Amino acid sequence: MNSTASTTLKLLGLLLLACVPLSGESFYVELAAKTLVLAIFAMSLDLLVGFTGLVSFGHAAYFGVAAYAVALLSPKYEAASLWYVLPASVGLSALAALLVGFFVLRTKGIYFIMVTLAFAQLAFFVFHDTPLGGGSDGIYLNVKPTAEIAGWLPFDLDNPSHLYYFILAALVGVYAFLARILQSPFGRVLVGIKSNEHRMQSMGYLTFRYKLAAFALAGGLGGVAGFLYAVVFGFVTPELLSWHQSGNVLLMVILGGMGSLPGAIAGAFVFTGMQELFASWTKHWQLVMGGVIVAAVLFLPGGLAAVPDRIKRSLQGGGSNE
Amino acid sequence: MSEVINEGLIAAAKAAAKAAAGSAPLLVAERITRRFGGLVANQDVCVSLERGKVHVLLGPNGAGKSTCINMLSGDLPPSEGRIHFMGRDITALSAAQRSQVGIGRSYQRTNIFPQFSVLENVRLAAQSRRQQAWRIFSRAMQQQWALDKARACIDEAGLGSKVDWIAGVLSHGEQRQLEIAMVLATDAQVLLLDEPLAGMGSDESARMVEVLKRLKPTRAILLVEHDMDAVFAVADTITVMVNGQVLESGPPEQIKASVAVQQAYLGQEDSFHV
Repeated sequence: MNSTASTTLKLLGLLLLACVPLSGESFYVELAAKTLVLAIFAMSLDLLVGFTGLVSFGHAAYFGVAAYAVALLSPKYEAASLWYVLPASVGLSALAALLVGFFVLRTKGIYFIMVTLAFAQLAFFVFHDTPLGGGSDGIYLNVKPTAEIAGWLPFDLDNPSHLYYFILAALVGVYAFLARILQSPFGRVLVGIKSNEHRMQSMGYLTFRYKLAAFALAGGLGGVAGFLYAVVFGFVTPELLSWHQSGNVLLMVILGGMGSLPGAIAGAFVFTGMQELFASWTKHWQLVMGGVIVAAVLFLPGGLAAVPDRIKRSLQGGGSNE
Repeated sequence: MSEVINEGLIAAAKAAAKAAAGSAPLLVAERITRRFGGLVANQDVCVSLERGKVHVLLGPNGAGKSTCINMLSGDLPPSEGRIHFMGRDITALSAAQRSQVGIGRSYQRTNIFPQFSVLENVRLAAQSRRQQAWRIFSRAMQQQWALDKARACIDEAGLGSKVDWIAGVLSHGEQRQLEIAMVLATDAQVLLLDEPLAGMGSDESARMVEVLKRLKPTRAILLVEHDMDAVFAVADTITVMVNGQVLESGPPEQIKASVAVQQAYLGQEDSFHV
């Protein structure tokens, strides 16, 4: 796919997403908002899985830490300032990832997968079993944060379409941020580490530092998603940090095509869409979902991101045969 | 017996360094030993590399050549012995740190970034010299100095016509040239080249020998190689290893004439490709 076609496709997608609140159907607006949040989450994991080659199976921990941080930092019956709770919760996620990364990045391969999972379970039980987290019921966020700056309210997160556009803006922001980073020398090093870490070391790169920076960055961006999730739904539960959540976001990345940011977004949409669709058909929707994912991995190894090129190639192939 | 030889080697290395005033050896390994459990892969090996000289490490398979090069490059810490670079003890430095001080290596089995273009492979190597990781918003492809450096090194390694190729589709010989270009882009003063000619056709070998000759005047080169024509075409010093130990070390004529070397090799069939 050439770059103009790809840009057009992206802008069309954005336009489509921007139109969702115009439908006026609050169920769909909320569903779309939730999916956008998961798309941000999937992009943050893709930085690790798809670009640095670090398969983290505990990424929900950073999503959950930020979600809990909003709930815990907000006063019970008043609105907290967005400009305080957003950076604070994202910062806490990044900090948690920095600490965990310091230990887990000493391992590789299957051990890395297991150790990231172990730390995520640790975080899960911290919120599940200590007075801090309010047990399995979690905590309510009674009042959404306010964007008020010195008496001026640029937008109102209590208004569903304002909230939706805020999330859409966050998605665009995270996308642009990651796309830019991946073009920087830093991003090139991450991709080099994914391709051949040993060679990077023999060329003088202290790869641990780069991986740690990527891990903290991914944790922070996962925190952006966790923050938005808490704001959309108004409550947080330990389930947000569960390994199911870590697994789901990993599936979104795989489904979308590892190492592609638009792919991660598409993966989040297709995954959530299938979830809704299959759950409306049958109680055993996870069975169907599992089958589809196995099929996708078998027949679409590059994920959704590879679809446009495949279509193009099959069209060209058909043309030249005739 | 080996004690005496090695003491002699150290003295010889030091004497050689003094004789060549101003051209002290860049990299000196003093009696490095590596054990894997009960196996002694390298015992009391001494190597000295000088700028403008090619030092060839010879020996049958399993003689410990790769272990030696791994210790010099930092991929493997020695069990005993010291390694000095420009007078500084670098024994404790990791492979990445040694690359930073100016020791570059290529690997016996091609070790590149197969999905990247030739340019990106070498550009990454060049970028490693000025790591500004915090500048996450600058664009890698706008770092002109790194691109210029990469292009120059690709030319130097004789790959100028393949700059935009994907590294994975290059021929085996070209991939070996690419490895050389990557080492050059790290400004390496010392090149540790582990069988750069392995698996090459005669044309490719000849081209690589030309590249080595071109690089020689400005760098110190350690070459592990089996191709005898190539070895005698470029070697200034040859060290022959057998069973993890240095059997003999000296100028090519001496090695050619050495009875001990002939015995070591001719006693073992099929281990030496002449």
